[in-house]
Amino acid sequence: MDDMDDVIQEFLLESYEGLDELDREFIELESNPASEELLASIFRTIHTIKGTAGFFGFDHLGEVTHAGESLLSLLREGTLPLNVAITDALLTMVDAVRVMLNEVEKTQADGTNEWAELVQELNRLADPSAGTPTETKAPETGEPSDTATDKPAESSAVGVDTETPIASPVTEDAAHPTEKPTPIATETEANSSVADSSIRVDVALLDRLMNLVGELVLARNQVLQYHALRADNSFQGTTQQLDLITTELQESVMKTRLQPIGNVWAKFPRVVRDLSASLDKSVSLEMIGKDTELDKTLIEAIKDPLTHIVRNSVDHGIESPEERVGAGKPETGTLTLRAYHEGGQVIIEIADDGGGLDLSRIRDKAVSQGLITPDRAAAMTDRDLANLIFAPGFSTAEQVTAVSGRGVGMDVVRTNVEKISGSLDIVTNKGIGTTLTIKIPLTLAIIPALIITCDVDKYLIPQVNLLEVLHIGPETSAKLEVAGDAEVLRLRGRLLPIVHLRQVLGREPAEEGASGQGQNIVVIQADGRELGLVVDQINDTEEIVVKPLSPHLKSIGVYAGTTIMGDGAVSLILDAVGIGRVSGVVNEASRHHDTADVVDKDEQRGATQSYLVAQVSGDLVAIPLALVSRLEELDPSLVERAAGKLVIQYRGRLLNLVHLSKILGKSDTDIDRDESLRLLVYESDGQSYGLIVDEILDVFEADLSDGVPSTQRGLAISGVIGRRVTDLIDLDEIVAMANAVTDQLVMV
Amino acid sequence: MTDRLYATFYIDDTLFGIDATDVQEVLRAQPMTSVPLAPADIKGLINLRGQIVVAVDLRERLGRGPAPDDVQSLNVVVRTEHGPVSLIVDDIGDVLKVSDDALERPPETITSPTRDLVVAVHKLDEQLMLVVDAKRTAEPMAA
Repeated sequence: MDDMDDVIQEFLLESYEGLDELDREFIELESNPASEELLASIFRTIHTIKGTAGFFGFDHLGEVTHAGESLLSLLREGTLPLNVAITDALLTMVDAVRVMLNEVEKTQADGTNEWAELVQELNRLADPSAGTPTETKAPETGEPSDTATDKPAESSAVGVDTETPIASPVTEDAAHPTEKPTPIATETEANSSVADSSIRVDVALLDRLMNLVGELVLARNQVLQYHALRADNSFQGTTQQLDLITTELQESVMKTRLQPIGNVWAKFPRVVRDLSASLDKSVSLEMIGKDTELDKTLIEAIKDPLTHIVRNSVDHGIESPEERVGAGKPETGTLTLRAYHEGGQVIIEIADDGGGLDLSRIRDKAVSQGLITPDRAAAMTDRDLANLIFAPGFSTAEQVTAVSGRGVGMDVVRTNVEKISGSLDIVTNKGIGTTLTIKIPLTLAIIPALIITCDVDKYLIPQVNLLEVLHIGPETSAKLEVAGDAEVLRLRGRLLPIVHLRQVLGREPAEEGASGQGQNIVVIQADGRELGLVVDQINDTEEIVVKPLSPHLKSIGVYAGTTIMGDGAVSLILDAVGIGRVSGVVNEASRHHDTADVVDKDEQRGATQSYLVAQVSGDLVAIPLALVSRLEELDPSLVERAAGKLVIQYRGRLLNLVHLSKILGKSDTDIDRDESLRLLVYESDGQSYGLIVDEILDVFEADLSDGVPSTQRGLAISGVIGRRVTDLIDLDEIVAMANAVTDQLVMV
Repeated sequence: MTDRLYATFYIDDTLFGIDATDVQEVLRAQPMTSVPLAPADIKGLINLRGQIVVAVDLRERLGRGPAPDDVQSLNVVVRTEHGPVSLIVDDIGDVLKVSDDALERPPETITSPTRDLVVAVHKLDEQLMLVVDAKRTAEPMAA
């Protein structure tokens, strides 16, 4: 019954309110007996209680309200005129309902009193032509009083029931029953702790309160700024108090919008039961921390991702009973949902004791889908590998089942969680189980953000989108480099695309002199991709109150909202995903991936991708940009020979040179000793390869899925990139060929 | 015969009127945050007692080009279903009570973009007053 607690509390709360309303409405109805509106409202209230009573199996309550409802429906239709007797009977019914609700509150059951006389009376009133009530009275009333005497606690309720003069002629004895409800009512009210300790409030009012508190936070920030300029002791005391009270108020108001996560979890037992039954698995669901509260809007937003994860865990996580027994585990798998607060965040864990993720399969899939390079895959930790399941387009399911494996998978979950500024992590142990952790902020209305300057204006970047902040300048070794027309930065061995905020916002480029002093780069994360944003200045972080964007500005796409700064100025909040999209880092194909119902694997591979295009002996070749780890330009005099191959000492390792032109049979010329070597560095199996090209042209977005499979060894597809025919290099093949051919380069 | 109150304002020398019940307040020039990439008629955002309000440049909206340097523009804040919107005008005039009798439909020869906003013309004694529909003015410009 514990699971039902919350639902019943809600039902009680709602019903008590309805009853209070009923008392008022009945009185009003007496003076205005023809009011259809009142009758309809009364009918609705009783109907609702009846319905819910039926749902919980409160039969007595159901019967009483059912009888009342039938009588009311006649009144509503106008077939029966309202009279004092009917009003009395109905009021008695209201009191009876109250008694039963009180009983429910105390014992979780609606008591043993069957209220037979009341029901009978109501039925009789609804059908006056039916047999005289006196005949049936004796046996019916006997039963409830018998059962009731066993339980002295209910004596007051029983008293009413037996004393209610049902047999007496309705019209004459009207005053009699009306006296009865009073003692019951007082008793009930005294015990109605649920109704007394909470009230219902319109969400709009809470939203407004939240907004006002937001204003107060801003005003407080302004006062604090002003305070910093003055040294006045009494003012200081007041300011500190204002600061404390505001913070406390902000927290309290935020709490009013909080709801227990159990509201979302309530449907999971059913989901798990149905799903495990259809999969012939046995799964028990444990829920810990149902009372953990988070913002109402977040509760809504987390519902679908959670359902998806739970389904996935049952479908893929937990093994079949035979497998489990074979592995020495109990036949029944356990899925544990756990929620708790930590550091201003809500943590939700979904843990199964299943077989764990097959990391080697994930690695193979990710590599074959072109999500990572084989070399990177080899260097990845188990945790990183597990987290690959959140990458766009990733799915290991061999088979499309009704449940999952349709290519719309965990990346959608991730997108949804990130939408509410949350993050996801997964830890898996082979044979022991998988734990998925979701971290989400308590509320979205007030967030920490980084203030940056671009041109003369200040902008904000939400902290959740921030990865790191860099400064590069003459004194640092790192510098911006150019691949085609795209600027990149080498950041710990990887190429980070660089975007200038001034350019994104259509502002004049910074003056030449300014860039001489170095550049400030904010590394942001947009839809799982990283991007370096060059800004003029990095200022500070501040807690900001997010205000929605005016409809005039929504279509621009690079702003997420607005806020008021400590000095009262309005500032715009930048949308990391929007900036990524505008600058082409996040492409539409990956954005809209979640809308595709069924994503064909071939389609995935062929969907628009970024390619680095280079020239080799006059022909164009392309390599997926994601697979290129670096671009290098090196002095040919560094070329050495080792084990019959040409290598360059590079960052303390050997870089194997691959003469693309020669391997692809385009020319026989050897390395030109006078010109520097242009290399695309590619890493595979722990080895670095430098692919020699004549010229690095540009980075293109292209869809090569329509391309013609190439017949030449080392080339995968011939397609059109940027209006020119380009061959997509099959890197694995090229590397294999290079390793096979020893002494391929003859120095002159 | 019904009388109506109009809040009036000027752009260049043209007198415009707007239903006074739509007007929330009139403010002097406010500190404005510009919005890069915004449509040309969006002058920026202002902080109206903690509420962030879009300022629509009526000159731009009416195709009048930028204001002369000596003009100290004013904000006429109007209520709309999306919340208040500020209309930037050159100067404001009196609140006039005008009978609907003096109202006429805008002449067909009036050209866009003025045509899109002006819903009526009032024949005042000294000059004409172009009645602008506040809600239409404050709506995002149709693409």
